[in-house]
Amino acid sequence: MAVRRRGGVQSYPDVPVDLWVTCRKCGGMHYRPEFEAALRVCPSCNYHDRLDAAERIALLLDDPGEFREIDADVTAADPLGFRRPSGSYVDRVAKARALTSRNEAIVCGIGPLHGRPVALGVMEFGFIAGSMGSATGEKITRLFEHALRHGLPVITVTASGGARQDEGLFALMQMARTTAAAARLGEAGLPHICVMADPTLAGVTASFAAVADIIVGEPGATIRFAGSRVVQGTLRRRAPVEDHTAEWVLRQGMLDLVVPRRELRETLGRVIGHLAPAEAAAPARVTAKAARV
Amino acid sequence: MLEFERDLDELREHIAELERDAGADPNSQVARELAVLQLELETRTADIFAHLTPWQRVQLARHAQRPHTQDYLDRLCSDFTELHGDRRFADDPSVIAGLATFEGRSVIVVGHQKGRSTAENVERNFGMAHPEGFRKALRLFDMAERFGRPVLTFLDTPGASPTLDDEKRGQSWAIAENMARLARLRVPVIVTVIGEGGSGGALALGVGDRVLMLEHAIYSVASPEAAAAIIWRSSDHAEEAAAALGLTAPDLLRAGLIDRVVPEPEGGAHRDFDSAAANLRAELARMLEELCAQNVDDLINARYAKFRAMGEHQQAPAV
Ligand SMILES: [Zn+2]
Repeated sequence: MAVRRRGGVQSYPDVPVDLWVTCRKCGGMHYRPEFEAALRVCPSCNYHDRLDAAERIALLLDDPGEFREIDADVTAADPLGFRRPSGSYVDRVAKARALTSRNEAIVCGIGPLHGRPVALGVMEFGFIAGSMGSATGEKITRLFEHALRHGLPVITVTASGGARQDEGLFALMQMARTTAAAARLGEAGLPHICVMADPTLAGVTASFAAVADIIVGEPGATIRFAGSRVVQGTLRRRAPVEDHTAEWVLRQGMLDLVVPRRELRETLGRVIGHLAPAEAAAPARVTAKAARV
Repeated sequence: MLEFERDLDELREHIAELERDAGADPNSQVARELAVLQLELETRTADIFAHLTPWQRVQLARHAQRPHTQDYLDRLCSDFTELHGDRRFADDPSVIAGLATFEGRSVIVVGHQKGRSTAENVERNFGMAHPEGFRKALRLFDMAERFGRPVLTFLDTPGASPTLDDEKRGQSWAIAENMARLARLRVPVIVTVIGEGGSGGALALGVGDRVLMLEHAIYSVASPEAAAAIIWRSSDHAEEAAAALGLTAPDLLRAGLIDRVVPEPEGGAHRDFDSAAANLRAELARMLEELCAQNVDDLINARYAKFRAMGEHQQAPAV
């Protein structure tokens, strides 16, 4: 899988650059080549470290070279002329674009999984904490609509701090918009599988992700409705200390399964094989159908 | 009482005193003074309410005396029958729901319910719904579709309840499932933000064919306190957050995110529940008539298109 150096695990300051990494969860130090070879899974605590969208796509598809990205040109506008103490929203977006080489906090496209074309949407946490603004919502909605038109199953991989506050109510409405698109896909009998990666929070947990037919948690991923700062702001006390890991959420009955990264592609392929319409099993026929639409 | 209401209230008290003293003679000194003061009260009220800051609107939207869902139901519907429970876990008093007659039509009504006294607010969790509250709503949405009854929802919440217990029972799932159901529900749905429209907890009852807002209601991606906690890392900046978020009814009408602003009586809905309800009745009656005449497939296609259009993005060359 493609390995890149941005975001993710912090490098240890006193050792030769990038040779050692420190686990975000347990603080354990690992030799980077071994850590990367283990798909960035911590050998001490099993925390599945954050992957960027390119790494995730490489991990999930049969051949990442066949991934055909759609709507890469969709990017954020600034409907409120929003400004934080730290700077304007326009600047934040510009920085996020420079940092991630992406126009938005999700990468969408079509690619093969177990020989079958799937519509894949992978959130880019490095882009403003994977927050969902209008352009993010637009891309997610288009992904579901594309899948509906072409009879494709959908896989989404979420990693997000929630709704993007800088867009005010526009951001909140992305929850309704993406969920409506997901619901319409379901009516057509096309499956939606969501992989909740670390972290999946608030406005993303509580929208298209939670209405997926199958919800997979990544081991150790934080999955919750209210971020700790929101809890503090609303209840004026500190958030509970429980860690809200995927394993905890699974025990509450909210996830279908928690799957180790090494088995993820195999599991998703198998699940889609059971749920996707039979005609989609033969890629050639799907292509023919897509051409008609 | 709110700070900017205090001067007005002193003036009102003064007028009331003079009214007691004033005799029957319309030309008396007192009567003339009274007329001047009444004019001043009207002018100053109009002036203050014409220039409300976003934070003043937040305060009005949360006003302790502001009419809540039950107050509107008492005035809009002739025979509200409250139905309880989600048939799964519990009854959540922060959401009220039931059957009612509105303008001669059987409807399903669902709304957040805040309390007025401290005890009632504790009982109703300050209008912050638990998952079982949203699931009670979902049960009634299903019932509305089964029996072909339109749905009226009333939004008035600081946000969904964010405690550990709410997480355990799947708060995110409850909200998302309601939005998905409302988005595809095969009966007309009219949403009214009557007070505070706070975040996902509001949106869980907020997907419909028409979205109305009372003039001094607010609707926001997060409560100003929560947004301040996220953006400024401290809820003390709530006033700044309120100004930045564009959460007032006129702002949201301009943004195309709501369909209509329902005027409130002079001085706010809490001054005159009956007038506030009468204004809302007129809008709801007209819209419901219009929506009930539509073909159901057209209705849900239009509803999809309505929310589909909510958002502003632009094109940029791929980086
Ligand atoms: Zn670790």
